[in-house]
Amino acid sequence: MPKTQTTKVPTTAPAQRGGGTVEREFTVAERKQWQLILRRFTRHRMAMVSIIVLVLLILIAYVGPHFWKYSATEITPDHAFRSAPNLAHPFGTDDAGHDYMARVFRGTQQSLKIAAIVALLSTTIGAPYGAISGLIGGKVDAIMMRLCDLLLVLPLLVVAAALASSHSGDTVLIVALVLGLLGWPVNARQVRGVVLGLREQEFVEAARAMGAGTWRIVFRHLLPNATGTILVQATLDIAGAILGEAALSFLGLGVQAPDTSLGLLINQARTSVDTLPWLFYLPGVVIILIALTINFIGDGLRDAFDPRQTRQRR
Amino acid sequence: MLVFTIRRLIQAIPILFGASLLTFWLMSIPADPVTVEFAGRNPRPPQGTIDAEMHRFRLDESFWAQYWDWIKGIFHGNWGPALDKNANIFHDMMRHFGVTTRLIVLALIVAIVLAVLTGVMSAIKQYSVRDYTFTFLGFVFLSMPTFWIAQLLKTIAVNFNTSTGTHFFGTLGAYSIPQPDGFWNRIVDYAGHLVLPTISLALITYAGLSRFQRASMLEVMNSDYVRLARAKGISQRRVLTRHMLRTALIPMTTATALTIAVFFGGTIITETVFNWNGMGVYTIDAISSHDKYIVLATLMLTGFIVIIGNLVADILYAVLDPRIRYA
Repeated sequence: MPKTQTTKVPTTAPAQRGGGTVEREFTVAERKQWQLILRRFTRHRMAMVSIIVLVLLILIAYVGPHFWKYSATEITPDHAFRSAPNLAHPFGTDDAGHDYMARVFRGTQQSLKIAAIVALLSTTIGAPYGAISGLIGGKVDAIMMRLCDLLLVLPLLVVAAALASSHSGDTVLIVALVLGLLGWPVNARQVRGVVLGLREQEFVEAARAMGAGTWRIVFRHLLPNATGTILVQATLDIAGAILGEAALSFLGLGVQAPDTSLGLLINQARTSVDTLPWLFYLPGVVIILIALTINFIGDGLRDAFDPRQTRQRR
Repeated sequence: MLVFTIRRLIQAIPILFGASLLTFWLMSIPADPVTVEFAGRNPRPPQGTIDAEMHRFRLDESFWAQYWDWIKGIFHGNWGPALDKNANIFHDMMRHFGVTTRLIVLALIVAIVLAVLTGVMSAIKQYSVRDYTFTFLGFVFLSMPTFWIAQLLKTIAVNFNTSTGTHFFGTLGAYSIPQPDGFWNRIVDYAGHLVLPTISLALITYAGLSRFQRASMLEVMNSDYVRLARAKGISQRRVLTRHMLRTALIPMTTATALTIAVFFGGTIITETVFNWNGMGVYTIDAISSHDKYIVLATLMLTGFIVIIGNLVADILYAVLDPRIRYA
């Protein structure tokens, strides 16, 4: 949330900074739309902290393994089985003797990969789909939206089970595809909701009067104006995918060994949760950290793009 | 309104058919139930037995004939064969449905009360320490995997039980086996088993609802009629209860209807962790044993609930907010 600064109205900035002469005593520096949004976003303290934490997490997950003395697949040379977290193994070791920190690095990488693919799929399919549906309206809209409803009713577990059994191989990719293909209707609905409001506005009419086709209106006029909604929904997709992957893997329908993910690590540690609790709880902490930071970033984006919810005395 | 309701219900029919057809197809991809049933048998059962089972599952027919048979069966109250020959799918499903309902009702009440309280308290002191604390806590619960928090609660409860030497918190199943004697003891037993799943379900649900309540409360607080009420000198408490809450709770009713719908599909993990034999466990067991017709039956029931939940949400919205009209 932005800080309360009731004394300072955002648009009145101090006189022009940097080069150029000040022509008048009081002036309002011109700011572009995106500058205003960026300004509001950077004022959201939790979002800024979250970005730093998330970037650190991603860096550690991808760069960390190169500097860490153990790999995710090797049995530790000191033959430490089931050792609790200690100096040599900050995250302990599992019952096969793998260094658990290396496992968690690997799991985090795979979970992040899934989240990125899901967000990308959901956004690139959902946003144009919703915009086209909302712009055209009428029967086409009704049919397109019923297709979304159908996908939303379809049980995730059945789809996951069907795909997992018929395609062996990269289970990480399969989980990402399942979550993405069942997730995009939510994005489509959100974008459609925004477009239903936008399409009545003059700029769409103007674009059409100048001969712009449906595609041009959708991609050049409607989608840029729905950026806020699309971005916020993408952050929700990422958090949802991280948790969704964990849930699927927990039920045994997600990522399969030998590959790994945060959800699978937790699933494998389930039976020994009483004796080796760190194996269960540590990957969970990483999941919470990722989802939490992403949720805060999404909250910051929402506030930045839609300042109406910010309470101001009118 | 009546026309709207009827039209929505009619629109729901093709969705349910489409979803069932897709599920029918998806379930037939991995393996058929009979092959799975006999896969590990040694010696291999006689061909006659296999053929009979194939026939019982209509696997000797074409895909479309199977689907058509299933649809016809539903209208005759026959939800299809299950691997367990004596099973009546509809009867079994309703039993599991009852277990899940018991789990959901209490969790929903706790979640809503928590959400309204924290949401309103956050909003009336926006950007205060209290607001930030509630917001942060809400986001933490929003970011927790269900099984993680469920397992954490379970571990804490087991430690509590062992340290006090009691069995107050039931961590496995909906009740103790064998059940304790006496009416009162049974009630306590049921309640003890209900505490943990309820808390974990309520905690992961309230967070989203609370954000929702906060947003709708903020909107109301900035409205002109609230300012007018204050200007007239009405006490803060009265403005809150009589003027603000009445409007600010409207979106909540809608959200609640949708949450109920989500719940019936989303308690699988809670049920798994706490060994409740509800709809979720019933479904996941059927999926792993390729018991196709059970999966379809649960799909129809949850799909129906989702559609009804959405419909009730829309209708409630119109009933409570007279500005909204459905034609």
